[in-house]
Amino acid sequence: MPAFSPAEYSAILLSLKVSLVATLISLPFGFLAAYFLSYGRFRGRLALDVLVNLPLTLPPVVIGYLLLLLLGRHGWLGRTLAALGVSVLFTWKAAVIATAVVGFPLMVRAIRVGMEAIDPRLIQASRALGAGPVDCLLTVILPLSARGLVAGSVLMFARGLGEFGATIIVAGNIPGVTQTIPLAIYDYASSPGGDPMALALCLVSIVLSVAVLLIHEQLGRRMTRLD
Amino acid sequence: MELRLATHKQFGAFSLDLDLVIQGEACGIFGPSGSGKSTLVSLVSGLLRPDRGSILLDGTPLFDSGSQIDVAPNRRRIGIVFQQPSLFPHLSVRGNLLYGLKRCAPEHRRIEMDSLVRVLQLEPLLERGVNNLSGGERQRVAIGRAVLSNPRLLLMDEPLSALDDHLRFQIISHLKAVCREFRIPFLFISHSMLEMRLMTDQVIALAGGRVAAQTTTERLARERMGLSPVGYINLLRLEDMRLEGGASVYRWAGGELVLPGGEREASGGLFELSSKDIILFKRHPEAISARNLLACTVVSLFESGSRMGVELASGGGRLIAEIVPAAARDLEIVPGSTLFAAIKASAFRRLAVPGPGAALPEPERAG
Repeated sequence: MPAFSPAEYSAILLSLKVSLVATLISLPFGFLAAYFLSYGRFRGRLALDVLVNLPLTLPPVVIGYLLLLLLGRHGWLGRTLAALGVSVLFTWKAAVIATAVVGFPLMVRAIRVGMEAIDPRLIQASRALGAGPVDCLLTVILPLSARGLVAGSVLMFARGLGEFGATIIVAGNIPGVTQTIPLAIYDYASSPGGDPMALALCLVSIVLSVAVLLIHEQLGRRMTRLD
Repeated sequence: MELRLATHKQFGAFSLDLDLVIQGEACGIFGPSGSGKSTLVSLVSGLLRPDRGSILLDGTPLFDSGSQIDVAPNRRRIGIVFQQPSLFPHLSVRGNLLYGLKRCAPEHRRIEMDSLVRVLQLEPLLERGVNNLSGGERQRVAIGRAVLSNPRLLLMDEPLSALDDHLRFQIISHLKAVCREFRIPFLFISHSMLEMRLMTDQVIALAGGRVAAQTTTERLARERMGLSPVGYINLLRLEDMRLEGGASVYRWAGGELVLPGGEREASGGLFELSSKDIILFKRHPEAISARNLLACTVVSLFESGSRMGVELASGGGRLIAEIVPAAARDLEIVPGSTLFAAIKASAFRRLAVPGPGAALPEPERAG
């Protein structure tokens, strides 16, 4: 197995960092989206459902390109951020945004599965006992969604480690800056003599994925015991 | 308590049209499943919105489609005990009990944790998780949780249906104990005539989404005698059991009743006896296998379906027997007649044993 250079180590660390940050940022939004989709009765619920799930079926490259337009110098979000002196494109922050958007539907789905399994009478009981909607959300729905939140986070984190299509468009493939594991593999695979390195990084990917799945399994078991 | 309801609610082909006034501290809502009982609970508690109409509790509107009032369920101060205990699985027993109390404004706090825990005997359960409780314990915690929210009105929606017979009567005692002790007005919803008679003396009968009758529980039970396959259920409180010649002999209303031997160690309890299991004789039958022969006076006669109910007084007790109208004519039964009632020892069925601390449920008597 070839020895990794600092560039490979930084790719591994960056992958972990981007995925972790994207997951943590998405968590509150994912929880709220799941809540509105599970319990909300409002006009435009279907539109929200489609919007949240769209990244699941759209090619990641399309998402990346749309984000590029949105965050670019002429995009409305890009303009606002530029006015605040923040530049996002071709930095690790862009990778976080791409990863968050692509993984979001997976997270929302997993949280919803947990949330919709909550006995509706518990919610009714909390309302009759004097809890308002927000109180009920925080003291009944949130704690009872814990399992879904964990499952959704793990799923999104694992998905984020592999994010490629959207990331390469908005963040580029700059070694040491925005190059994550999949982008590094892409580089090695398309350059002569890069196969051993590409394979080694593939191995790292497999190890990380297996580790994440094992952690998920372990957490799930512990939560079942607590019930 | 005064609850005024004039509401309309449509669910596809089923419509619920209620127009009623409930006064007093306790009222039953009786009806078969699908008659609209649970919908009524949801409308009053605010979990469901009527299409139109108004709901007033003690003069204050909870809902009024005319003036667009719809008080949120958490502001109505109406407690609910559901059929399933529906305890919060992530909280301990104490956490569940305090959930409503914490959210009750200080000026409305009348019932405190300590006195409730005493009345419902919850002390040993407080620190336990709700998933390690038995069915009866869970329902007791659910009752406590609703009561501690200091409601103006307690709605009990079939709170006993998920329990077995033995537990059911224990829980009835607890329900009555808390409602009496803390003076909480309640609506008791059930499809069981027996539960209804143990809980309340006023009742509203629902059928097909309409009010079929607003009457006393006793009168409703008598009216239903002829329709019910089990007839009218006499509730008897038997006491001071002694064994005699292989049979159990109990004291009842100044006389004695003989039941099959081999009974439990309990010395008394609440028993049921169907009106169909009483045979009436005009004169004293000399030889008869039934172990109980009571000299009775006819108090009243009433018709129920194709049957005739005979209200009998024996010693200090009352019994209702049912006969066909032809039998009433042949035996010339009129109020004041004296008759002999024969009851087989095995016709009695035990409903409840007095538990430690919990009193026996006392049947409500219509005034």
